[in-house]
Amino acid sequence: MIRSELIQRIADENPHLYQRDVERIVNTIFDEVTDAMSRGDRVELRGFGAFSVKKRNARTGRNPRTGESVEVEEKHVPFFKTGKLLRDRLNGKA
Amino acid sequence: MSGKTVTRMELSEAVFREVGLSRNESAQLVESVLEHMSEALVRGEQVKISSFGTFSVREKSARMGRNPKTGEEVPINPRRVLTFRPSHLMKDRVAAGNKR
Repeated sequence: MIRSELIQRIADENPHLYQRDVERIVNTIFDEVTDAMSRGDRVELRGFGAFSVKKRNARTGRNPRTGESVEVEEKHVPFFKTGKLLRDRLNGKA
Repeated sequence: MSGKTVTRMELSEAVFREVGLSRNESAQLVESVLEHMSEALVRGEQVKISSFGTFSVREKSARMGRNPKTGEEVPINPRRVLTFRPSHLMKDRVAAGNKR
């Protein structure tokens, strides 16, 4: 399923809404999640999962092609942990 | 990092501000987005949200595990796990926003 299919399904279920509003709704939800993580916040959606930010320490890396050492700065990366209910549903337990 | 936690409530509040539906309907729409994504994943489909990221279901085969406390061997059943791969845009935005 891709973004446009998700929008279409929500639009089909809500015939009283304009397609363009459904698009804005879906986009707003994903944008809020990304915005929260870029502020360093955690997004917890019970039953679905939680998005959080993990810190990666600075390290000395290596260019795999040349073997040269490079200093890699500390950085922050997005992380998702599946919620218990969804994990169970994936395994036919709920 | 501000260390706050955003929940369904803040997401529906954002939908409410953005589109001007009732708070109740905004909350229902947030729920149905999550539910449609979950259903697709349970069917084994990949959910690919451009400029956000991709959720995929991976099949893990059975293996022998070990109880770390007792050292006892225990079989781990085959199972399905969900992985999320953030888009480049998300990675860049999260890295930029949390830079000291």
